Amino acid sequence: MSNIPSDLLYSTDHEYLRATDEPDVFIVGITHYAQDQLGDIVFVELPKAGATFGAHDTFGTIEAVKAVSELFAPVSGTVTEVNSALDGDPAVINRDPFGDGWMIKIRLSDPSQKDSLLSAEAYAAHTGA
Amino acid sequence: MSDQTPSALKRTPFHAIHVALGAKLVPFAGYEMPVQYPTGITAEHNAVRERCGLFDVSHMGEFLVRGPGAVDFVNYVTTNDVAALAVGQVQYSGILNERGTFEDDCLVYREGDGIMMVVNASNAPKDLAHISRHVARFDCTLADVSDDMALLALQGPLAQEILQPLTDVDLSALEYYHFAMGQVAGIGDIYVSRTGYTGEDGFELYFAPVHATTIWTALTADARVTPTGLGCRDSLRLEMGMGLYGNDIDDTVTPLEANLGWITKLAKGDFVGRDALVSQKAAGVPRKLVGFTFAERAIPRHGYPVYCDGAPSGIVCSGTMSPSLGIPIGTCYLPRESAKEGSTFEVEIRGKRIVATVVKPPFYKQASHR
Repeated sequence: MSNIPSDLLYSTDHEYLRATDEPDVFIVGITHYAQDQLGDIVFVELPKAGATFGAHDTFGTIEAVKAVSELFAPVSGTVTEVNSALDGDPAVINRDPFGDGWMIKIRLSDPSQKDSLLSAEAYAAHTGA
Repeated sequence: MSDQTPSALKRTPFHAIHVALGAKLVPFAGYEMPVQYPTGITAEHNAVRERCGLFDVSHMGEFLVRGPGAVDFVNYVTTNDVAALAVGQVQYSGILNERGTFEDDCLVYREGDGIMMVVNASNAPKDLAHISRHVARFDCTLADVSDDMALLALQGPLAQEILQPLTDVDLSALEYYHFAMGQVAGIGDIYVSRTGYTGEDGFELYFAPVHATTIWTALTADARVTPTGLGCRDSLRLEMGMGLYGNDIDDTVTPLEANLGWITKLAKGDFVGRDALVSQKAAGVPRKLVGFTFAERAIPRHGYPVYCDGAPSGIVCSGTMSPSLGIPIGTCYLPRESAKEGSTFEVEIRGKRIVATVVKPPFYKQASHR
């Protein structure tokens, strides 16, 4: 279905991984389902480029009007870039979670960890879509 | 995300309408209530500030008190002066226990033949049991009519303009915190009350549940009316510094601590909780509910720890990112000597202590009613 793009990988924590031109560097964001559950997003706290995370570590915080939520790294790696546009317009995550609402780019320290992530079909089943 | 079984929850007469509109329904006070519609909390909040929102608040509890002793009875079980009310007037008040702390806050409607009390849904059964203990001493009857009462709140600067063509009540003659019985959309016997919980002008309509669809449809036929949920109701009331039972007030605080001395009329004669308040006033009120803000990009939320002069001082009562002001706002109790406007203290957010400054509510000062 259109709210779960077929070319992405997904975590059970509702983050997605999108491939870039650079091997082992992936874009991380939250899914349409996650932004819908959170409601209006007020701001996000993200790490700086160069920060390293293990899979399932908290890499940031997302504050919506009604609730705060932790962001969990779907895979281990090093942050290569942060979407600085989210500072001025965090609501872009609500509007375009898979596009302009991306959060960080991460260089995988162990590319095999990708295999533990969900396909679009598996993620759809996970969210009951 | 929620695992609570909706079947265990009560539904308001507008439930099917909420579902059809795509509302996000959540368990609230034993009811399945709309927290927001697809519009989103921020847009719904702004709709109320700029135009008009329509809230289903049918979960609220209503008690009818009838008989010659109605005024004396309600005067005894609430803090404000019911005897001072004219017929057609509404009053914000408190229901206390013998310790002088809140069992609930409520609205008191003075009718020709008695009183209607409007209480919080989550407290209604407890309130009824609490005040029933005193009713035998007065010449009146007390009935819980919550299930016979639908309640819609039409709130926003355009509320009068939108409601007037639908009602025979002359709204231009209806003052704030007054009500009249009249027709809305051809349905009679409706309480049209100029009250609300948003700071904006607006009306609360109480009527029989059987008319729910007729009234909702008539009001929302005006494209300037936005269905609005409990999510923005909370941010709207907090911007006005209006307390919420369970957050800002509960059975551990007195009205003197909660800055509700203005609804507490110690001189009116005896009432439940009065002795405790007189003692507290004589001894000095130890703490005060304050409003606060801070410059950090973070949101204070209910339950976050508060530190005053380095020592734990309770928790954040209410907090949000103010949609109208774009700043974090909240409330908490501070020791009286630290509760002055401009004093600073700390709020702990995810392990980090943030310096907050006491400000005087309302946070939002441009509302149509304050």
